[in-house]
Amino acid sequence: MNIASLLATKGVEVITVRPETTIREAVGLLAAHNIGALVVKGEGERPEGIVSERDVVRALARDEDVVSRPVSAIMTREVVIAAPADDLAAVATTMTERRIRHLPVMDQGRLVGIVSIGDVLKAQRDQYQGEVDTLQFQLLQSPAA
Amino acid sequence: MTAPGTSTRPLRVAVIGAGPAGYYVAEHLLKQDEVVVEVDMFDRLPTPYGLVRAGVAPDHQKIKNVTATFDKVAAHPRFRFFGAVELGRHLTVEDLRAHYHQIVYATGAQTDRRMGIPGEDLAGSHAATEFVAWYNGHPDYRDRRFDLGQERVAVVGVGNVAVDVARILCRTPEELATTDVADHALEALRRSRVREVYLLGRRGPAQAAFTNPEIKELGELPDADVVARPEEVELDEASRAAIEKSGDRATLKKVEILQEFARRKPTGKRRRLILRFLVSPVELVGDGQGRVKAIRLVRNRLYATDTGAIQARPTGEVEELPVGLVFRSVGYRGVALPGVPFNESWGVILNEKGRVLDPATRRPVTGEYTAGWIKRGPTGVIGTNKPDAAETVACMIEDARRALTLAPPRPEPEAIEHLVRERQPLYVSYDDWLKLDAVETGRGRPLGRPRVKFTRVEEMLDALGRAGRAGSE
Repeated sequence: MNIASLLATKGVEVITVRPETTIREAVGLLAAHNIGALVVKGEGERPEGIVSERDVVRALARDEDVVSRPVSAIMTREVVIAAPADDLAAVATTMTERRIRHLPVMDQGRLVGIVSIGDVLKAQRDQYQGEVDTLQFQLLQSPAA
Repeated sequence: MTAPGTSTRPLRVAVIGAGPAGYYVAEHLLKQDEVVVEVDMFDRLPTPYGLVRAGVAPDHQKIKNVTATFDKVAAHPRFRFFGAVELGRHLTVEDLRAHYHQIVYATGAQTDRRMGIPGEDLAGSHAATEFVAWYNGHPDYRDRRFDLGQERVAVVGVGNVAVDVARILCRTPEELATTDVADHALEALRRSRVREVYLLGRRGPAQAAFTNPEIKELGELPDADVVARPEEVELDEASRAAIEKSGDRATLKKVEILQEFARRKPTGKRRRLILRFLVSPVELVGDGQGRVKAIRLVRNRLYATDTGAIQARPTGEVEELPVGLVFRSVGYRGVALPGVPFNESWGVILNEKGRVLDPATRRPVTGEYTAGWIKRGPTGVIGTNKPDAAETVACMIEDARRALTLAPPRPEPEAIEHLVRERQPLYVSYDDWLKLDAVETGRGRPLGRPRVKFTRVEEMLDALGRAGRAGSE
């Protein structure tokens, strides 16, 4: 299973903001779209960073007035980019190990989606559940299995 | 408007496609008790079960037994089947909208991905799925011809479909004779002169998509020696690191099985099944008369991407493998349905947890849903469609309770039945199918076979006493 099959079932909308967008605006977008992170994009197609709810909380804890500053001041700049062909298992391991919650997905130089650790783990769970179910059925050979 | 889903006004649902995904959707819909649902399932073939009948290999009967679960669903009083009824031919999406509150597209991945290399259209080059459908007796493919007079065959890809094709080519007629392989295929395979079958993987052994039971089976074939090259089944550093991190024992086991194959000495069996890794086809070479005579391969090296996924990169080192028959099995994709949004680049219906999305607005289309391979792409085993269908059905029930459904002017079950009868008088009901099933299994019994399949739609209609009726297929 790869990242492409995960994107198919979540639409392909990626909410992006520009680096100069204020944190106040970003918070509004996170709430309005019920998501955990925004991709920060400047002139190029490749993301310049990711700003997550965690980044916002951390910044707010330090300084309540941070909301009028640009997202570029608090965004995570080291962005790991996934490809549609990347195996789910590899991505799950990398995200868990490196504590990455959101991965933008690029295909042929274009930003085509974003996957969260929740998406990845759910897809993995469904995959295992399906395999267990099939194996059980074959072992028991009873329609009730 | 009040929400449908009561016993006097049930939620009427059309499921398009009678494969595992369609059945699991029906099962989840009929099992839940929040909303009263009636399900009508449509399939373009007279027979149900989708790839369980036409895809799962005939020597894997145990897997095919899952149909018993599907028959249980079909026996539900609020379930009906309309076989030999095709969306876009006998019915349009508009017709469905006029008769149902909700529509679910579960039509699978009906076509294959091409390799995109020169020579791909030479005679002797086929999609593996066509061969699979042919030996399984799918009516659309029963008249295909595959040149089994060739001695050397390449199967491009290392997923379970590729493994199925290679294994069937290596089975003896005696082994196949006790399965439900289509009679025409059994005859052709009896005369097969195939001696060497190559399975070609782009990446290394750890990345091969086949599962451990499938690959282990290749080492136990009565009349074919399995061969692997030690240097190609070694675990590279990047893959080893990835496996260690994830603690993935199944993959380690897979590599061990392949390494054991590489240590084997040939035992003089009639056929050889040769597993190759780290090679990509770059060209099919013709014989000057439009037939394949060889496949040109480039050797690959593995590398880890940003996310730690292992991908292949060509080294430039090329070799040529003389083969007269090539089956490509490098991926599958869905086919667009007339009147239904479709994402060409991924070969799926874009959706949000099963709710079909309008490509322009990216908002859900009211009353339309999707499940299975056309929803998520061709991944997973049969059972994977169960949680997949559960996700779609959860959205359907949630929407139904909020009265976010279509408002069909003619929801009564009789209305659509009347329309189907008018457009396709030869349609096949589930009772009809059970009769066909009884005939097929009855024909198989004296031969010690699970069934002898009907492979022509006319034969099926004949058996149901519908020959000579107007509008024949």
